[in-house]
Amino acid sequence: MKKTYILLACMILTLVGTMLFSDVALAGNKPDPTGSSTGTATEIAPSKPGTPVSLDDVANQVGHNKIAINLMWVLLTGFLVMFMQAGFAMVEGGLTRAKNVAHTFAMNLMIYPLGMLGFWVCGFAIMFGGVGALATLGGYSGLNHEIAFTLFGHTFGVAGGTGFFLSGHYDVAVFGLFLFQMVFMDTTATIPTGAMAERWKFSSFVLYGIAVGTIIYPVYGNWVWGGGWLSQLGANFHLGHGHVDFAGSSVVHLTGGVCALVGAWILGPRIGKYNKDKSPNAIPAHSIPMAVIGTFILAFGWFGFNPGSTLAGGDLRIAVVAVNTMIASATGAFGAMLYMWWFKTKKPDVSMICNGMLAGLVAITAPCAFVGVGSAALIGLVAGILVVESCFFFERKARIDDPVGAISVHGVNGAWGIISLGLFADGTYGDGWNGVAGTVTGLFYGDSGQLWAEIIGILANVIYVGIISFIVFKIIDKIVGNRVSAKAEMEGLDVPEMGAEGYAGIKLDKNAETPLSR
Amino acid sequence: MKKIEAIIRTSKFDEVKEALHKIDIDFFSYVDATGVGNEIRKGDQSYRGTAIDTSYIPRRVLSIVVRDVNVKKTVDCVLEAAFTGEIGDGRIFVSEVAEAWKIRTKQSGDDSLKGSYEK
Repeated sequence: MKKTYILLACMILTLVGTMLFSDVALAGNKPDPTGSSTGTATEIAPSKPGTPVSLDDVANQVGHNKIAINLMWVLLTGFLVMFMQAGFAMVEGGLTRAKNVAHTFAMNLMIYPLGMLGFWVCGFAIMFGGVGALATLGGYSGLNHEIAFTLFGHTFGVAGGTGFFLSGHYDVAVFGLFLFQMVFMDTTATIPTGAMAERWKFSSFVLYGIAVGTIIYPVYGNWVWGGGWLSQLGANFHLGHGHVDFAGSSVVHLTGGVCALVGAWILGPRIGKYNKDKSPNAIPAHSIPMAVIGTFILAFGWFGFNPGSTLAGGDLRIAVVAVNTMIASATGAFGAMLYMWWFKTKKPDVSMICNGMLAGLVAITAPCAFVGVGSAALIGLVAGILVVESCFFFERKARIDDPVGAISVHGVNGAWGIISLGLFADGTYGDGWNGVAGTVTGLFYGDSGQLWAEIIGILANVIYVGIISFIVFKIIDKIVGNRVSAKAEMEGLDVPEMGAEGYAGIKLDKNAETPLSR
Repeated sequence: MKKIEAIIRTSKFDEVKEALHKIDIDFFSYVDATGVGNEIRKGDQSYRGTAIDTSYIPRRVLSIVVRDVNVKKTVDCVLEAAFTGEIGDGRIFVSEVAEAWKIRTKQSGDDSLKGSYEK
């Protein structure tokens, strides 16, 4: 009883206190509970103290605020994309076996610093050294050195050449751009860790992590986003607006997917994945809840990935981009669920639904700013079905072992996203994109050139990333070796590779073991 | 004294435990075990479109040591409580126990197996 009285007394005291002191305003310090009168003309200081505020002062402040909103938007969405690293870690760690969990998570942990440092050293310079004026971030134009060659009277930019270690560009716009583009690069970098999980030697992975941030990702990135030759296809050859990729279906996801494909192919399948008659065995996920939470973190981070790619908070198209993004993720998950349920195993496979949601997001990444919401729904739905068929194809026909479906989610659906932009772009956005007058318009809305530019971009990606990844993995193989020993793989990589179990003290069940190749 | 080893469905454990307590078998121990059948039941479970080998069946092994006088009622009790009629209801094995001790009271033989209510 006593405790009840004390609690009641606390409540009464709080109520009385609030009533007594709520209306006491200090002199000259009027509170503004609605917020309607906070921030007024007095915020604008005259350029010369003592003089009245001039129109120039007001205009300067407006301009400053405009860029402030854009830079805030770039940073905030960049922070969201950075958090996607946690989502990748959980999806990849959850969809693999418990005996490898420390190894899988360690790769997802270390790819962030490794890729970042590589990007700081030279990746950013190669990708954005020739991007030109940063229009939405105040117009800084120091990143102006594009290495290009001229062929048949046309200029082909291939790589940027300034901004190594960010030196010489001590500028807020450049730093904001660096943060935003760095987290995008790390998204690419962490895709192969899923496809190559459970058998990749950690030392080999570390060397790969540096290579992806310094050379694999930035060169293709320059061709599309840094002012390179793919972005010039429109100006040079009248193919639409050149290769257009709003937020990275090709630059980020297709690059990661192709690299993952080459890596998983070179590594070979996990022990026990295939029987002697080449039929596959299931190697079940050790934590579906972890994979589902990871999928939600990724879907959340995608609201930074796509809307952030305007690089401008003042570009109100972000609302359309965000809605297209969420609609495509919904139809992607829905499509994968129904397709598995009705046509495949008669059950709505949870891991495949995760893949379906991510596939929808990957596919809408390129076209999200250029298509209507109906097209976005269709793009996501196709992605959800495509990811299932693609997973089955790589597992049963190509026999490339991809534990988490990364090749299908990012590679195949990255390509689909790029093609879908060339098909469904409805001509309502992107005026003057890549220096070509008019809006970005796809085949179904009257511009077949745009589709060709998209297809050329896909071919360039597969050829460049495929070859450079192959070379990188082969060189690493010569230095440290790519694959762990069969003994380590059977025991689980946690102890032989990382020195300690991820789940110390927890007994692993039959599903944690390696299936027998019959 | 006899040891009754009963391999039962994990899902039937609670019913068996209640039934044993009702007939005054107060104490027994159990371990979780995995039964391995020779049939691979494809199609029950699948992961990413591939059937999972479901010949590994979770089972619970009860180890019940009782006085000779209680053997029959204990066996009958488990036979009744663990029964479903489906394939895989389990097995019961009875074996001789040479000696038994109760650590706290230092009692041995049949005395060590009497419940605390039996003075």
